[in-house]
Amino acid sequence: MTKRIDEPTGTEFVGHEWDGIEELNTPLPRWWLYTFYATILFAIVYVVLYPAWPLIDRATAGTLGWSSRGDLAAEMRAADAARADVVAKIAATPIEALPSDPQLMQAAVAGGAAAFKVNCVQCHGAGAAGSPGYPNLNDDDWIWGGTLTEIEYTLNHGIRWDGAAETRSNFMPAFEGSFDRAQVNALAGHVLSLSGKAKPNATGAQMFADNCAACHGAGGEGLPAVGGPALNDAIWLYGGSAAEIGKQILAPRHGVMPAWQGRLDPVTIKMLAAYVHSRGGGQAPAPAAPQPEAAKVAAK
Amino acid sequence: METVVKRLGMWALVLMASIAAIALTPDSGFAIHMGIVGLVAVILIVATATSYDPLAKAQSIFRMPPGPGRYDDDPVRWGVIATMFWGIAGLLVGVVIAAQLAFPQLNLEPYLNFGRLRPLHTSAVIFAFGGNALLATSFYVVQRTCRTTLALPGTARFVFWGYQLFIVLAATGYLLGITQSKEYAEPEWYVDLWLTVVWLAYLAVFVGTILNRREPHIYVANWFYLAFIITIAMLHVVNNLALPVSPLGAKSYSAFSGVQDALTQWWYGHNAVGFFLTAGFLAMMYYFVPKQANRPVYSYRLSIIHFWSLIFLYIWAGPHHLHYTALPDWAQTLGMVFSVMLWMPSWGGMINGLMTLNGAWDKVRTDPIIRMMVLALAFYGMSTFEGPLMSIKAVNSLSHYTDWTIGHVHSGALGWNGMITFACVYYLVPRLWNRERLYSLRMINWHFWLATLGIVFYASSMWVAGITQGLMWREYGADGYLVNSFVDTVEALHPMYILRAVGGLMYLSGAIIMAFNIAMTIAGKLREEAAMGETAHDETADRPLPPLTAQPAE
Repeated sequence: MTKRIDEPTGTEFVGHEWDGIEELNTPLPRWWLYTFYATILFAIVYVVLYPAWPLIDRATAGTLGWSSRGDLAAEMRAADAARADVVAKIAATPIEALPSDPQLMQAAVAGGAAAFKVNCVQCHGAGAAGSPGYPNLNDDDWIWGGTLTEIEYTLNHGIRWDGAAETRSNFMPAFEGSFDRAQVNALAGHVLSLSGKAKPNATGAQMFADNCAACHGAGGEGLPAVGGPALNDAIWLYGGSAAEIGKQILAPRHGVMPAWQGRLDPVTIKMLAAYVHSRGGGQAPAPAAPQPEAAKVAAK
Repeated sequence: METVVKRLGMWALVLMASIAAIALTPDSGFAIHMGIVGLVAVILIVATATSYDPLAKAQSIFRMPPGPGRYDDDPVRWGVIATMFWGIAGLLVGVVIAAQLAFPQLNLEPYLNFGRLRPLHTSAVIFAFGGNALLATSFYVVQRTCRTTLALPGTARFVFWGYQLFIVLAATGYLLGITQSKEYAEPEWYVDLWLTVVWLAYLAVFVGTILNRREPHIYVANWFYLAFIITIAMLHVVNNLALPVSPLGAKSYSAFSGVQDALTQWWYGHNAVGFFLTAGFLAMMYYFVPKQANRPVYSYRLSIIHFWSLIFLYIWAGPHHLHYTALPDWAQTLGMVFSVMLWMPSWGGMINGLMTLNGAWDKVRTDPIIRMMVLALAFYGMSTFEGPLMSIKAVNSLSHYTDWTIGHVHSGALGWNGMITFACVYYLVPRLWNRERLYSLRMINWHFWLATLGIVFYASSMWVAGITQGLMWREYGADGYLVNSFVDTVEALHPMYILRAVGGLMYLSGAIIMAFNIAMTIAGKLREEAAMGETAHDETADRPLPPLTAQPAE
């Protein structure tokens, strides 16, 4: 039997035919075959060097002794070693003393910025500017105090965090049922007047003095010691319209922040405090007056 | 008459069972699914009782040639229509979710959020569009290359319609929030059981036809189809082993847990790509490329070697989806080296497809269907190079979890699976409907360029996005601290997400042009247009103008 040859390619046919389709008897392309062999060779070498074959109770470890866990541990050790000096220095420095060493403070802020990106941006935003219900950390309005020590305390123990015994906690009473609509409007109007956004009104002022001043201060300047937010600075956690303020008076919302002690190591928390403090609104400790709000009132 | 009564009894039983299930189940999604089953039973009861044949009616609407011709092509014609329908649906959902990623406000809770639409998109394009293309072409090819009609004609029709029911149950389930949370295997236990029945029936039809063949040898396309059907049956059954919480509810729990579950899932998931989207579509390539080019297959020897090496190596490569996870190192190693060895076996298919055009390369210029096939094979080659590359652990540590993976998948899905399917459908429709030619060849050209540009937009934007993302995630400052937060990376990717949606829209537009072209061909219309190919050469115009002569001034 003579082999037929395909004219355009000069290759012989195999001789089968299906529905008009025939096949040529072209040999395997050499480059294809040798590349295939090369990948097989690569695979053989690789499985000798690296963990590969499952045995009864373990797997071959590979002649390089490499493991992904070991690799990770080595990278972590190297990263820790590179930072060891700075970390040890920050650990040994009380947080209020950090600013006196600008270089160390800068290192702490850098570390805090990285930790912030992983742990804090979910609520406080990538730029720490917050969003309704989540405080802006770039301004100088601090509900629970804005010194390094106070910020560190908030980070360690959280706010209204069930699992932490020393968590910062307070609850504003709900005035639902106590005030009628007109009274709520008057009070909200007074609150707005504290930052000059509305005209003062006597009814609201009286209600504020009776019900609110104890925690928010007589002039609405806030009381960080008990977490009473300032109401005179036009910075609002849950919105600054009369309607939103009225809503908060009738049924207050209480934000929660986790306690980070135990989840993050003390140095990371210290660095986070330094970073948050550095965002622009950090307060210096007031050595003369131990009550930070008194200093604030005096400044005004 | 007796068979009519028997059938009525059977459908009535199904209807009663579905009503009972609706009444007893506390699960609203399950109740809706049982309602769909009941509705199918009602339609079948009415059709049987009144001897009204809705299929015959529909076949006249779609102008299908009546009855089985020389080959049994009814299921093929239905398959082609289903391929086009689900293709447009799947691509449309893809464009919607691409827009949702760029503009999250487009998430319409709860039914149309990204979480529910994403599996709808993947299942619609892989299993509904790709699956119907495989059903239709396999029934077409196996008959012709075996020179015999389908072995079990009734079962073949059950396979087609049963598969459509599976698609409807899966798709509505996703929107209702019914999922077992396994990627590409989201449908719950009862839908899985149904698909198993349909798939075994498919295997019976296909193997039966091969056994009835009038040719001494089995053509290479049928090896690939058979490997696809058998392996998908095995993967589907093993990965979906689960225990339902109750026979009257959708929820089930997987038989596997922890890292074993993850490995089973990616053994399935990787081979869904390997056997559904590679082996099955190579089968299409092996029949339609030589037919359209009218050339013999390049190398019989290559087809044998690359078939067996592909089948043997692919099944071990799944662990590369789990690099740097809780999966033991040894399994990761094996997943990687098997993927690297898979490179040449995959390329064997590309070589055999492209080199089949030896002696007919001029057709790339004149035949837009050949051009689509060449582009499909080029993207096949590119993605099967990119796959082994990304399976290498050092590359994977950068690419994993990033949009690079999405770009890789889409260069394969849009470039290879989409283009080869479009080419096959363009080939099939005039033949299945006895038309002189397609309504318009120039529209294929439009489709080709829209799709090609769409893929370029899609793949390149995702490469840029993926590498940007991977580099930003691992970026450390000089002081050893992380530079970017996750949301910083999302912000950086936003322009790429918009470009991706644009690419997807272009690809969808091409498919819509195709659907119009196919519909007009089925309607029996021919567009009057200049022939593709040679540019007319007017010899008489091919000369300079006569020299200017000076005009005397007045």
